[in-house]
Amino acid sequence: MTAFFWALAIFLLLNAFLCLWRAWAGPSVGDRLLAMNVIGTKTLVVLVILGVVAGGGLFLDVALIYGLLNFVITVAAGRFLETGRLSQEEGRWGGAP
Amino acid sequence: MLNAVVIFLMVSGFMLFFATTVGLLRFPDFYTRVHAAGKGDTLSTALLLAGLIIYYLQDFSGEALLTAVKLSLIVFFVFLASPTATHAIIDAGYEAKVPYWTKRKPSADGEPYPGPERRREDRQI
Repeated sequence: MTAFFWALAIFLLLNAFLCLWRAWAGPSVGDRLLAMNVIGTKTLVVLVILGVVAGGGLFLDVALIYGLLNFVITVAAGRFLETGRLSQEEGRWGGAP
Repeated sequence: MLNAVVIFLMVSGFMLFFATTVGLLRFPDFYTRVHAAGKGDTLSTALLLAGLIIYYLQDFSGEALLTAVKLSLIVFFVFLASPTATHAIIDAGYEAKVPYWTKRKPSADGEPYPGPERRREDRQI
C-alpha cells in the first residue's frame, strides 16, 4: 500500500503542476485565483498522504492549517479583486461610499 | 478486502481530480472553469481522504481513532470551505465583469465579447 500511496501522491503533484499552467496563463485574475485554490487543496491532500506514508501525526495538523490558510487567502484575494480594498471602512457593505 | 475499497475510493478521487484538471485547462471561459474546479475539487478531496480514513481504521487502536477523527474534521472543513471559496471567486469575477464565452462572432468595436451587464445593485435576489 505504501507504493500505491507514493504513486498517488506523485500523480496528484503532476496534475497540480498541470493546473499551474492555468495560473500562469490565465486570461483573468479569477482564473489564476481559482487555479491556486485547486493547487492548495491538492497540496492539503498530498500532505495528508505524506503523513500516512511517513507515519507522523504532525503532518495532519500542518494540513489542517494549510487548508485554513488556503481558504482565508482565497476569500481575501477574491474580496480584494471584487472591491479593490480589504477594509470595511466606507465600504459598499454598509455606509455611504 | 478493505484495501480494495481504499484503492477504489482513492483512484476514483484521483480520476475526479484529473477531470478537474482537464476542465480547468480546456474549458473556454472563466465561469465554466469555476464550474469544473468547484465541484471536482471538493468531491475528489473528500474521496481521497475517505480512503485514507478507512485505511487508518483497519487496525483499530486509540491513536488510529484519533487520526481518523482528525481526518474527518479536515473533510468537514473542506466541505464547508471549498464551495464558499468557489462562490467568493465567482462573485468576484462577476463583479469584475469578466467576459463570458458565447458562440457569437466578436463585435466590430473593440470589446471582443460583452461582459455581464448587471451588477449587484440590479440583481433580483
